[in-house]
Amino acid sequence: MIDTASVGRRRWLQRALGAASGLVLSGCNKLAQSPAVNSTLEQAEGLTRVVQRLLLGRHALAPEYSASDISAAFRANGTTDPGTDEYNRHVQTGFADWRLTVGGLVERPLELSLADLRQIASRTQITRHDCVEGWSCIAKWGGARLSAVLQQARLKSNARYIAFHCADSLELTPDGSGQYYETIDLVDAMHPQTLLAYDMNDRPLTVRHGAPLRLRVERQLGYKMAKYVMRIEAIESFAGIAGGKGGYWEDRGYEWYAGI
Amino acid sequence: MITADRTLGQGRVAIYRHPLPVRITHWMNALCLLVLLLSGLQILNAHPALYWGNASTFSNPFVAFGSGQGPAFPAWATLPGWQDLAAGRRWHFFFAWLFVLNGLLYVIYALTTRRVDQVLAPTSEQLRHIGGSIRAHLMLRFPHGEEARSYNVLQKLSYLAVLFGLLPLMVATGLTMSPGMDARLHFLVEVFGGRQSARTLHFLTASTLVLFFLVHIIAVVAAGPLTELRSIITGWFVIRARKGQS
Repeated sequence: MIDTASVGRRRWLQRALGAASGLVLSGCNKLAQSPAVNSTLEQAEGLTRVVQRLLLGRHALAPEYSASDISAAFRANGTTDPGTDEYNRHVQTGFADWRLTVGGLVERPLELSLADLRQIASRTQITRHDCVEGWSCIAKWGGARLSAVLQQARLKSNARYIAFHCADSLELTPDGSGQYYETIDLVDAMHPQTLLAYDMNDRPLTVRHGAPLRLRVERQLGYKMAKYVMRIEAIESFAGIAGGKGGYWEDRGYEWYAGI
Repeated sequence: MITADRTLGQGRVAIYRHPLPVRITHWMNALCLLVLLLSGLQILNAHPALYWGNASTFSNPFVAFGSGQGPAFPAWATLPGWQDLAAGRRWHFFFAWLFVLNGLLYVIYALTTRRVDQVLAPTSEQLRHIGGSIRAHLMLRFPHGEEARSYNVLQKLSYLAVLFGLLPLMVATGLTMSPGMDARLHFLVEVFGGRQSARTLHFLTASTLVLFFLVHIIAVVAAGPLTELRSIITGWFVIRARKGQS
């Protein structure tokens, strides 16, 4: 009698557990789809940004490494060749006619050739590139300090962010919202390690890694470091660009502040 | 609040074992660790391979799960239950903050009430008899009488190791993966032997916590799941009084 009772109880328990775990799983997925839950979870990004900014200040430098640490095979993520007619022509001519446009909220808009960029105050640094996927690679970057470029262009007082418009589209959309872009604020724009890099490991940047120019923002993740930068724009707000979240991946759910 | 023993009859005595702050932080911690584990596996699925050092050596990983490229952990083990790195990160960092704040509350409570000295530190008497305690545990024999009033030596040591070893290590290795924090905490990157080492240690420490959880649950079931569960919900733990006391 005791045996049948305990077997029955066990069976009931098993069924209850099975039903409960099914409920938990589908419940979790319901929660994960809820916009209210997601907007609550997003609050953590603001907390992380405020706390990291407090701890890091404007000047703390990302770790720099020695030449022996440079990765033999630096992985290229995202676009590895923009492949547009215009871009292909630039590749064929070695970017001789290519110009970087610096505009938006600046007193003095600029058109800079690669030779012009090489005249601007530069920096060389061996740093670690951390992809949001989890992997890291180390390379030596040479480039113009973004702060120096912006000083030449003279930011207007209402400029809050710098937007980087790129040659590549990761997603083909009729309205062009699949075009890669990124934005950073002036704290990162003026940071000494923030570069418009034209050299990688002492050679001109290759197509895979963003030729002719890629951004380096060493205190954030890889997706912030836009490749194939064609145009820089000083802006007051990024709400009006593409999805309005401040970047290609940001428009697809990733954090604007990618310090973690 | 009255926390003196309550005699329940039939030789049983209810003792007040878990104060309210301990119960609240215990369950908050359990929730955080569950979400962190599932969302952590979601994040790991984006690149399920681990390395030592600062950089990834793609052709020669320390360990690769599945192919090392595609998602390796099944949907039921990830949050959300479909592949979405951005969403996994949102869950992970929100609950990481909750976990840290909850942990800080516990530490402040434990320090101000001297809980570590009084409840968690093993006595020299206990340490001398650790061999017997290990044997009893392996046979799943747990004390139910007066000696169950305080934690046994293995309980104390494992709780101390989790609270002041594994959990802080999770936070430290997690922070070392942050390119922002690394600009301030260069030494942490060096202590762990590089960012990718920190990522590997983050995974290994999480695995050790899963192991702790399994042992914890086995011990609860073996020691009497109802009274154990009741004690971490209501605070009251039932022991058998000494002979002649009832």
